[in-house]
Amino acid sequence: MIRRLVDSEDPDRLYTVTGGRSRAGRTAFDLVTLVTSRADPAPGMQSEHIRILRVCRAPTAVVELSADLKLPVSIVKILLSDLLERGLIAASHPSTPTDPLQLPDPAFLKQVLVGLQKL
Amino acid sequence: MDSRSSEVAVRPPLQTTAKDGVKIVIVGGFGVGKTTMVRSVSEIRPLSTEEVMTEAGVGIDDPGAVADKNTTTVAFDFGRISLDAQMVLYLFGAPGQERFWFLWDRLFAGTIGAVVLVDTRRVSDSWYAIDRLEHHRMPFIVARNNFGEPEHSLEDLREALSLSPDVPVIDCDARHRSSSKDVLMTLVQHLYEQASARKEAS
Repeated sequence: MIRRLVDSEDPDRLYTVTGGRSRAGRTAFDLVTLVTSRADPAPGMQSEHIRILRVCRAPTAVVELSADLKLPVSIVKILLSDLLERGLIAASHPSTPTDPLQLPDPAFLKQVLVGLQKL
Repeated sequence: MDSRSSEVAVRPPLQTTAKDGVKIVIVGGFGVGKTTMVRSVSEIRPLSTEEVMTEAGVGIDDPGAVADKNTTTVAFDFGRISLDAQMVLYLFGAPGQERFWFLWDRLFAGTIGAVVLVDTRRVSDSWYAIDRLEHHRMPFIVARNNFGEPEHSLEDLREALSLSPDVPVIDCDARHRSSSKDVLMTLVQHLYEQASARKEAS
């Protein structure tokens, strides 16, 4: 879907969007890092940055932004790194351990269970 | 396409206190009901997106290569459940095919657990997914999405999938919220027991 969009509308879109960079900065954004705007969009900003700042008036996960912007997750992460470096967004990363040998704390899992119970 | 009309997301926003995203992945073959399950419990209409990587696995080195055969594109659906004021559970429906697993670490590191959704008529579709989850040391349960009366018992299914006795195996109807909720609770209860046992042992 996205690939078709990229191909048909603007083959260079990914290049343009990211300024030619292929990786996000040192900050590791997760799929479910919650992003919140710390500033309003300003004239002259890149259109993707403007859209991110608008959507993130309420906390929004990286993967939701990827769906909204119709851009692959890795591209969205690069855009977010720019905004973070400029202090325009705040990022709240997940607390779960990324090492597969480390299980989450039982108390944390209990909280998940309680939340699901209310569904 | 009028992009302006879709510019602002039309879904309920998260609470301003939301700060901790949690991931659970539902893995299964095409048509087994992953998206149906996500939809039945999600507070938003399921969204879909993609991740792209080159075969070298180091990100998009050359943007011209995006349309190239050397890139791998994986599409996946997701929904979300606000668990409380801080915690938000994201549910991902992920295809179990081979190329998907190249992206597992990048996309799903930190996932608390997985549901393998099984179509009783195509049990062998799940072998590969189970093998890969074990490889990634990802705790999982197996849920059989019933399309009518099952021909085999859950114990038959456990045997067919060569599952160890501690992996929960249950029946579900992914169309129903209560059933999908039971699946998620079974998974998290399983994770809770594992984590508690390990904490006691340490």
